[in-house]
Amino acid sequence: MDKQFQWWPPQASNFAPPVDQLYLFLLAVTAFFTLLIFACIVYLALKYRRRRGRRPAPVQTNHLLEITWTAIPFALTLVMFFWASGLFVRMREPPADAMQIDVVAKQWMWKVQHPSGRREIDELHVPLGRPIKLDMTSEAVIHSFFLPAFRTKQDVVPGAYNIEWFTPTRVGEYHLFCAEYCGTQHSKMIGRVVVQTPAEYQAWVAGTGVDEAPAVVGARLFTQFQCNTCHGQRAPTLANLFGSTVKLSDGAAITADDNYLRESILAPRAKIVAGYQPLMPTYAGQLTEEQVMDLIAYIKSLHNQQP
Amino acid sequence: MTAIPHPLPGVHGHDEAHGAHAHGHEELGFLKKYIFSADHKIIGIQFLFMGLFFMIVGGLLAMLIRWQLAWPDATLTPGHPVPILGKLMGWSNGYMPPDFYTMVFSMHATIMIFFVIIPLLVGTFGNYLIPLKIGAGDMAFPFLNGLAFWSALPPGSIMLTGFMLAGGAAAAGWTSYPPLSALSENAGVGAFAANFLRIEGSTWPTAAVVMNFIAMFLFCAYMCAYYVHLGPKVVNVVASIILSVLGAVVLERGVQHVAWDGQSCWFLSLFWLGFSSLMGAVNYLTTIIKLRCPGMTMFRLPLSVWSLFITSVLVLLATPVLASVLMMNLLEHQHIGASIAGSNARFASFFTPYNWFDQGVGFTGAGQNSGGGYVLLHQHLFWFYSHPAVYIMILPAMGMVSDIMAVFARKPIFGYRPMVYAMAGIAFLGFIVWAHHMFQSGMNPTLGTTFAVSTIFIAVPSAIKTFNWLGTLWGGNIRFTTAMWNAIAFVAMFVIGGLSGIFMASTAIDVHIHDTYFIVAHIHYVLFGGSMFGIWGAIYFWYPKMFGRMMNETLGKIHFWLSFIFFNGTFFAMHILGISGFPRRIASYLGYETYAHYQPMNEFISICAFALGLSQIFFVINFIGSWFFGPKAPSNPWEATTLEWNDTTSPPPHGNFAKVPVVHHGPYEYSNPLVEEDWLPQTRYVEGQENFRPAH
Repeated sequence: MDKQFQWWPPQASNFAPPVDQLYLFLLAVTAFFTLLIFACIVYLALKYRRRRGRRPAPVQTNHLLEITWTAIPFALTLVMFFWASGLFVRMREPPADAMQIDVVAKQWMWKVQHPSGRREIDELHVPLGRPIKLDMTSEAVIHSFFLPAFRTKQDVVPGAYNIEWFTPTRVGEYHLFCAEYCGTQHSKMIGRVVVQTPAEYQAWVAGTGVDEAPAVVGARLFTQFQCNTCHGQRAPTLANLFGSTVKLSDGAAITADDNYLRESILAPRAKIVAGYQPLMPTYAGQLTEEQVMDLIAYIKSLHNQQP
Repeated sequence: MTAIPHPLPGVHGHDEAHGAHAHGHEELGFLKKYIFSADHKIIGIQFLFMGLFFMIVGGLLAMLIRWQLAWPDATLTPGHPVPILGKLMGWSNGYMPPDFYTMVFSMHATIMIFFVIIPLLVGTFGNYLIPLKIGAGDMAFPFLNGLAFWSALPPGSIMLTGFMLAGGAAAAGWTSYPPLSALSENAGVGAFAANFLRIEGSTWPTAAVVMNFIAMFLFCAYMCAYYVHLGPKVVNVVASIILSVLGAVVLERGVQHVAWDGQSCWFLSLFWLGFSSLMGAVNYLTTIIKLRCPGMTMFRLPLSVWSLFITSVLVLLATPVLASVLMMNLLEHQHIGASIAGSNARFASFFTPYNWFDQGVGFTGAGQNSGGGYVLLHQHLFWFYSHPAVYIMILPAMGMVSDIMAVFARKPIFGYRPMVYAMAGIAFLGFIVWAHHMFQSGMNPTLGTTFAVSTIFIAVPSAIKTFNWLGTLWGGNIRFTTAMWNAIAFVAMFVIGGLSGIFMASTAIDVHIHDTYFIVAHIHYVLFGGSMFGIWGAIYFWYPKMFGRMMNETLGKIHFWLSFIFFNGTFFAMHILGISGFPRRIASYLGYETYAHYQPMNEFISICAFALGLSQIFFVINFIGSWFFGPKAPSNPWEATTLEWNDTTSPPPHGNFAKVPVVHHGPYEYSNPLVEEDWLPQTRYVEGQENFRPAH
């Protein structure tokens, strides 16, 4: 971790260089206009300061000037918009092969679980060069997962899964902050991200070895809460469900993503699958957010299986 | 043009026939003339005093914020415990605990935005300037106008009550995002007050009960002063007092039911304050549309009046949305049960989702009345008001600065019509940019880009305005009064604040700088560097008209230059902090290994902030001293063209104008070749003006 005064955080992800380029472009444009206008103000204030006998020409307006100073900013803002938005959309769409890591935010800590099952608190270990997708939710209030060295940030909102992705490009330790104000101990919600070489990461993730993979825990919960007594019989089968298109009783069709599965567990009557009765009870109040994530991981694991 | 008869008996209309009775208001007693006045000028000055009072409160809170950020805890040597307050509050070692810090920054922003900038810009100058500048005797609805002021007092008192509760004031930031704002604060029971004022299980201490009683009594008494007509004056006064006491008791008890902790005080206070804004906006719009004097066409209105007109449209359309979201929050914040905070079941859950973790309850399921809400709903509704509110807080300053610049450049404002269209453009765009506060909230990125494009286009009308101000200076004969210095500073600081907004509109950059000190720097450049310098300029400019005395220019210039230097010292470095990722709203950064190295920079910022606070002493001395010792102001000390300077005295009498003004020119006829002087009053008819074509 950089422990010195810095003007600018280090560049440690695939997004850092393009974001910094755009930043420098904006800085150049805005600095140019700021200095231009300041120079104009100082020049005009000095040149046209009060003199006895001077009588200004009562100029009302000048159409050519008005058009000029409308058109140039308009063109510049268009350039900025397309440049920034192209990059922004890329920052919000993770590649299909990204490794998913689950994050649950609490007041005031980050709980992280890797696909292999290894858990950590207020730390995030990631392998160099591999796209990482963080699937994040919060138990109580809004937090924000902020990695300055990666130039990325995403609010972590209760009641939904938000996604943040990046590819680490430099080995080292970097800051992890909660950026969204989350209560009294907000300033203590500090963590670090450790970027390791793939070999180091493999060794780390295989270490201790006491944590079970989310899908395994999910499978146990599935039996424990007796989900298996209905699903596959009176209720829709869950095999190959994730990512498929579900037809609803009101005629709509919806893609079964993380947020749909979460809602179906906690508020089953919000969306009824076509052809089924609304029989399922709610599991709100009975499952922690981590258990919900485990169940979803289990449902995702039921891929390429015969129903 | 159109003149509607004055709605209040005893106040004159615009009929010239009634002009002879212009001083026939002796029947108004002292109370109705100076306290429960329906005169727009008195109401404007009342808003001015309210805004300045809250500015002291908000400013002292800002000093606490900066003290905490310069010297966050006892690990630093040498130690800097908070002076005076540290001992008074009994904090360990005298350092501010984080829960107090969170209240301080939440209340600083709330007070500065809702109780300082808006009342000063819209309440004070909207009231004072509109009728005078359009040639009207008063507002279209004078009683409603007074009610707007008196209904702003109870909200102020309820907001301050938060500080007196055991759990403290609201601490969820000025945006009060739920679920954080839905969490209950620790609300203890305060000391005992009179039983008829306090409800069973009240959390309010005596001081809060008394303070709110006074505010609500005045609110009721104002209405009684105009609507109790039972018989002789003594009967009316006695009946009014009895009614007002009864009304205040009922209101007081009702408010305690609802506002049981700092956060619910916050919601209720702003909900109530919204009505004050709406009454003002309805009044301004009606007045500008209906009460312009003959010859005063819309495109002869000074830009200050245009800006207040456009601002009023914003207020009228946006405030009801804020009121609805505050009421939803207020309901969500209430617990069902016998005692105030005794039950965990909630009235409503508009914002808390299923399986929400409630402290003391665990994960909420069915039966706890929580769940099914949408967290981002609050953000959408809140910003639908609060983004237009940003323009509510800058447009009137833009208008007044335009007036001031034309006067002291001795030139017509450059591009009058483009200026009007630019303000209308800013106001229109202001309604379709709200979600740019939510780029990181998990909103669909495609939706984000639509808000990004509308946001970045705001740069265009802002640029038009800036260059037109430069065009106004160009070729002028500039008089550098204190008001002019403040107006020029407004332009310069608005340029920095506006251009730093480009970084946020560029979504990919916003990802990095969102919720950092870059945002803090940006908002302060716009609202302090912009609006506040605009307000100072306006106070220095219209003070002679308001109080009939000139302010001291030397003290004014000392105040300006100290404020300007220390303002930049305070806020410019925050851009640098923000770009490095320094998060906002943190009580201490010493736990962050990198940012601990920013302690000297924070200390520099804080010292500048303290100096900025102390610089205001010059303003206070000047403001109060000039009132008593300032030289008497002539009616037109600045040689300006608009009606308030040419057609009435300083200060104007009740009813404003001895006879109805008739307007012949636009508002900015400076250095017009038709006349020898370098200003041509709007009401002065000049031979041959019909054949005169203005220069382009």
